[in-house]
Amino acid sequence: MAAGGGAERYFTRWYKPDVKGRPCEDFCVLQHSNRICVITLAEAHPLLQSGKTIKSVNYQISANCSRLQNKVSGKSKRGAQFLTELAPLCRISSSDGEEYTVYSCIRGRLIEVNENILSNPAILQEKPSTEGYIAVVLPKFEESKSVTQGLLTQKEYGEVLLKRLNSSS
Amino acid sequence: MSSLTEKDRPIVQLLLNTGTCPRCILRFCCVGSQMLYRHPYKELMKDLKEFLKNNQEEEDTDCFDVVDPPCKRIRLEQTEEGPDALNHNGALQQIPLVNDGNTAVENSAVKVCNVCLGILQEFCEADFVKKVCQKVNSADYQFTSFVFSVSLPPQLSVRERAAWLLVKQEMRNLGLSLAKDDIVQLKEAYKWIIHPQLSEELGVPADGKSLFEVSVVFAHPETDEECHFLATACPDCFKRAKNKQSVFTRMAVIKALEKIKEDDFLKHFPCPPGSPKNLCVAVEIQCNNGAVFVAGRYNKYSRNLPQTPWIIDGERKLESSVEELISEHLMAEFKADSFNFSSSGREDVDVRTLGSGRPFAIELVNPRRIHFTAEEMKRLQQTINNSSDKIQVRDLQLVTREAIGRMKEGEEEKTKTYSALIWTDKAIQKEDIAFLDDIKELKLDQKTPLRVLHRRPLAVRCRIIHTMKSEYIDEHHFRLHLKTQAGTYIKEFVHGDFGRTKPNIGSLLNRTADILELDVESVDVDWPPTLDD
Repeated sequence: MAAGGGAERYFTRWYKPDVKGRPCEDFCVLQHSNRICVITLAEAHPLLQSGKTIKSVNYQISANCSRLQNKVSGKSKRGAQFLTELAPLCRISSSDGEEYTVYSCIRGRLIEVNENILSNPAILQEKPSTEGYIAVVLPKFEESKSVTQGLLTQKEYGEVLLKRLNSSS
Repeated sequence: MSSLTEKDRPIVQLLLNTGTCPRCILRFCCVGSQMLYRHPYKELMKDLKEFLKNNQEEEDTDCFDVVDPPCKRIRLEQTEEGPDALNHNGALQQIPLVNDGNTAVENSAVKVCNVCLGILQEFCEADFVKKVCQKVNSADYQFTSFVFSVSLPPQLSVRERAAWLLVKQEMRNLGLSLAKDDIVQLKEAYKWIIHPQLSEELGVPADGKSLFEVSVVFAHPETDEECHFLATACPDCFKRAKNKQSVFTRMAVIKALEKIKEDDFLKHFPCPPGSPKNLCVAVEIQCNNGAVFVAGRYNKYSRNLPQTPWIIDGERKLESSVEELISEHLMAEFKADSFNFSSSGREDVDVRTLGSGRPFAIELVNPRRIHFTAEEMKRLQQTINNSSDKIQVRDLQLVTREAIGRMKEGEEEKTKTYSALIWTDKAIQKEDIAFLDDIKELKLDQKTPLRVLHRRPLAVRCRIIHTMKSEYIDEHHFRLHLKTQAGTYIKEFVHGDFGRTKPNIGSLLNRTADILELDVESVDVDWPPTLDD
């Protein structure tokens, strides 16, 4: 099912909830019909709940790896860092001392990370599904259909949200 | 034979004895009179005999008194061997049929020439000319001149070299000189003979610059392996074969012949060359017309029509395309094999092209029909316009190849104007959008849009929006007219493409904006020339 108006019109939404067992740390993968995927926070993510302020965004995920150093060239995006489902994209710290890791959720080549949220972390919360995106990933051509197999459709995710609501009440 | 002189006598005798045809003999005697070559074969043979007879007695003694050229000597020693004998170093060949000049040439059957393999014999005759013309006429091309191109098997160059060495040797022995450059090239002599005949049959002149090409490919499978020794002698001249094609191309063989030393050559190839059993074969007679270019401007009125056919995994996603709707009728009228469509930029499936339209040019490949008057072009334009309401064309005309360059120039340099229907999430009033009209030369930084990022490199493009004009519609809609630099992504300027195009309408209005409709109002290229209707 296609997403709302604006830039996301031709994208299908897929979800990965409770990543690495951390409750409500849900991500949304926007998949274009041309197989390009945009990784974003899902609305249920703790960082998008009221009262949270983002202190910093860090693309240095390990001593040797910074997502900011990702360089791609040519049509086939040679030189890209290759990501697996649980490859970290960035670490976000909130002012209450919590730290959250954003994961790729899909396999593919890292095309770009969003540098706008470095300079303006607020847009991550204001527009998580568009200007506040985390990264753009290009799955392998052969895997373009299968890449979303481990993810939930919008409908299935809706059921997960419902279950959470019921279990908490 | 007035063109032949005394000094030619030994060459004529030698070549005639070794199985060379009259016309090749004339070539090696550097006879430059085209007319002579056109004389009938039998007549030329008779004349050569006459020429030799005039000094018959002297000729005989000369033959044996003068030092024999080495290859001839070897031949005489080997008369015991059969006609196809080749010893292990390939330096020997058939028994010569002569000790005196007459018996050989009086054989009733015409022997295949050992140098041209029949090209200057059989393939100069009226029968072959008729065969070629039949092919041309049945192919039903429109033409006013022709160029005749011939592809000869590479072994002819090898045999030519062997004959040349033979003649050179003979001349050296007689204390005479012979310049290689004066020898008439086989292809040239062939064209001297066949052009007038073809010209007469087809009713049009031969012209090197003609766009209509009649091509014949000759082959001689019997001797194909004759070139192979060159690969061992000059291995670096021969590249590995692509696909299943032979390594021994004409160019490679010629290059090797330039490199190989005379001694090496004589070691591996019989001199004089042996007489083949069969003639060459004309394996291909083809006609081809040079491409014709048709240009014009098109309007697109459908929001459901791609520029080029949209086919994924063999399945057509949307019916038809701009290029097919335009080319279909041109292909039929010009009777071409195929077409190449190009235009000064293009628009998306869901975008209309209004105004005077977008320039395009179509290359029609190998057209059978090439002459169209301005009237006929107008009628063709009308036919195209009547066949579809999704597109319309204007200024349809024949142009030259440089047309393509003009078009690409238009795509990259010229401005375009657009009209966009824009939606906003939060309400707007007239005052909120008025300021857009005052923005001039707005610089944009556009990253490669996500919708094309799968097939384009990631880059940032700096583009300019020259002017804008807004038209308020209601609280959530307005129309925006823009004039932009070539290569600007309009849709991304409106919705921002996840913030990857900056600035964008959303950021300028501090809202979320989307584009509902886009039209190209004009493509500011003044080419092709406007035609009065």
